[in-house]
Amino acid sequence: MKKLLLTNQAIAQGAYESGVRVVSSYPGTPSTEITEAVAKYNEVYAEWAPNEKVALEVGIGASIAGARAMVCMKHVGLNVAADPLFTIAYSGVNGGLVIVVADDPGMHSSQNEQDSRFYARSAHIPMVEPADSQEAKDYVGFALDFSEKYDTPVILRTTTRIAHSQSFVEIGERQEYPLRPYVKDVSKYTMMPSSAKGRHIVVEARENKIKEVAETLEINKVIYKDKKLGVICAGAIYQYVEEALPHASIYKLGMVYPLPIQSLKRFASEVDECIVIEELEPFIENQLKANGVNVKGKDIFSLQGEITVATIREKMCGEKAVKGVDAPVRPPIMCAGCPHRGVFYILNKLRCVVNADIGCYTLGAQAPLSSVDTVICMGASVGMAHGFRKANKDAKNVAVIGDSTFIHSGITGLINAVYNKSAMTLIILDNSTTGMTGHQEHPGTGKTLQGDITSKLDLYQICKACGVEKIDVVDPYDLVNVERLVKENMARQEVCVIIAKRECELLKKGAKPYCKVEDCKNCGLCLRIGCPAIAKTDKGVKIDKSLCVGVDCGLCIKVCPFNSIKDAREDN
Amino acid sequence: MNILIVGVGGQGTLLTSKVLGKYAELAGFDCKLSEVHGMAQRGGSVVTHVRFGKKVYSPIIWEGGADIILAFEKLEAFRYQNYLKESGVMVINDMEIYPMPVIIGAAVYPDTIKDSLSGKVKTAFINAAEIAIKAGNIKALNIVMVGALTKMLGFDFDKMSQAVTESVPPKFLDVNQKALLDGYNSIG
Ligand SMILES: Cc1ncc(C[n+]2csc(CCOP(=O)(O)OP(=O)(O)O)c2C)c(N)n1
Repeated sequence: MKKLLLTNQAIAQGAYESGVRVVSSYPGTPSTEITEAVAKYNEVYAEWAPNEKVALEVGIGASIAGARAMVCMKHVGLNVAADPLFTIAYSGVNGGLVIVVADDPGMHSSQNEQDSRFYARSAHIPMVEPADSQEAKDYVGFALDFSEKYDTPVILRTTTRIAHSQSFVEIGERQEYPLRPYVKDVSKYTMMPSSAKGRHIVVEARENKIKEVAETLEINKVIYKDKKLGVICAGAIYQYVEEALPHASIYKLGMVYPLPIQSLKRFASEVDECIVIEELEPFIENQLKANGVNVKGKDIFSLQGEITVATIREKMCGEKAVKGVDAPVRPPIMCAGCPHRGVFYILNKLRCVVNADIGCYTLGAQAPLSSVDTVICMGASVGMAHGFRKANKDAKNVAVIGDSTFIHSGITGLINAVYNKSAMTLIILDNSTTGMTGHQEHPGTGKTLQGDITSKLDLYQICKACGVEKIDVVDPYDLVNVERLVKENMARQEVCVIIAKRECELLKKGAKPYCKVEDCKNCGLCLRIGCPAIAKTDKGVKIDKSLCVGVDCGLCIKVCPFNSIKDAREDN
Repeated sequence: MNILIVGVGGQGTLLTSKVLGKYAELAGFDCKLSEVHGMAQRGGSVVTHVRFGKKVYSPIIWEGGADIILAFEKLEAFRYQNYLKESGVMVINDMEIYPMPVIIGAAVYPDTIKDSLSGKVKTAFINAAEIAIKAGNIKALNIVMVGALTKMLGFDFDKMSQAVTESVPPKFLDVNQKALLDGYNSIG
């Protein structure tokens, strides 16, 4: 049976069919749906881990115990998981281990556009890259077989356009792979210098073997057409090339590391001109050049952003892409009724330097709230705010972090700040969900990936255990108290935590109240909260009642100096 | 067939592409869909690509490659017009949603969208919200749009109707079938 499937769902289906028993992941666009889809198969144990490092360690544990395992994350997640990654390459596996990593060229939802292929090379781990949903499903099975055969983890790389596109997939049955016996082997699984030295030799030998194998792998395909132009590519780019250059010969790589150098060399010599088309870094190109293969690549195509059918036609055929028109931009915004809004309104009002973090609340950087100063990576807010204070003890800065992000990697920063006698304030925006990536459970929500009730991490107690003495819990809509606490804490010479607690508005169900405007003086103050439900007109503001959540939020009512905004329910 | 669906995050464009994907399946075509999840869904500008035919490679439509743009909001139709083929058509929901820069007065919502687009390509402006409310539920707005597209492109109505049946929850089926028909009939 064929079914139209999102590549991420196809990866889940591939894991299911290939007998995967354990999946551990941390959400991150564009990889999140894989694990959400895996959660629906009863035969597979699947979980959200608090971060990618833990997820990979869980996968490694399951593999060494003898099960087939999969771990999924976005590209920057692999940075977090890099420590176990480099050493599992030494140990190798027992049950097959596949690590799915989703890159985001063009940064649709990311803070950078790093190229994960370099991880494969520097950790000496083979990497495959599918070009549609069917291949994605097939490559999961391929990766697991390969992993067991060559005693290595395998990375499966996708990019946003592959991860989030749908195409037809042949659905199959699950094949069970019995648990492989675990045999104690210190020289393989206990990585200390004495054994790791031996394993480093194994890693090198294995890589040489895989390089040889890559030369004849079926997933590396040559499609001969006109030999004037030959293109070497993989993943989404393959699909674009078929569309943009229908006559070109194509070398489509299924395995992007290690490369089948000899076979590519042959291909390049058979065509008049050979070009590598790849997004981001010249990863394939430079390896070919280092091996004396004459190819072009980044002298034609950009290092930045995505490549499209139109850019390929423009660069290769001189066809100018149709230019876009000037139109007002429509950036993502904080939802109407978002509890984060109250905190950012106050931070903007107090002109604080805000060391923020990654999540929906990063949107506090947008006008008119404009209150975020720094964002680097998940968890960085805490360490950065501490560093900021140590550099300048009079700095008026605060750290702001979401609940999922705090659990992901903010706690160690807090321990550090207390331990090193910081005087910083941390605001935890606890909306009881991982909002940005589409509402995943996490240890603080008290529910598992499957929605089962479990022990709920108490953020207050965690902060207390880290040694914080001044901890306040406040409703972020309570502007008076948020302002009072921020001011008060900034004057103190100790680490303070404010837990701004209110559930994400999108999780609420049922009818909502709304606000109405009467006798507006058009002063514009309510526009400063940046609520998408409020729009300016010549006759004063108007409120879109389909978006407004009413007095529950009521920020506009609180900031209006003329009492012109009211709870619409008062009519009844 | 290249269909570009544009709108504002949260407008329910994903159901539209699901129905069109089903239609392609029923019609026996190869099909690819592409959508961006994540950040853009927070009220940002969203684009979904639907492509079907004998064989489809790229899941993404390129500039100048769309046969039709199905726009859930006027400014988004305006923004993505360069994706339309010269011979392409646009079905536009006659609705304005102000982006934040317009709300705070940093930008102006263009007031000539209708004339400017109609002057260039074949367009149909419909009031999808009103039609959906009459059909029984404003949320069926996306299916009203599918109805209009079905007429504009001369697709098989019965197949589209079956695609709707297979894509929406049974309890909303009647409303959605009515929305499909009313959307279809809204095109003269
Ligand atoms: C290392 C890493 N993993 C995953 C992500 C993707 N990501 C961005 S924000 C976020 C979590 C947001 O949740 P939370 O901190 O609770 O804030 P909210 O969005 O709910 O406001 C995730 C998982 C990332 N940017 N970096």
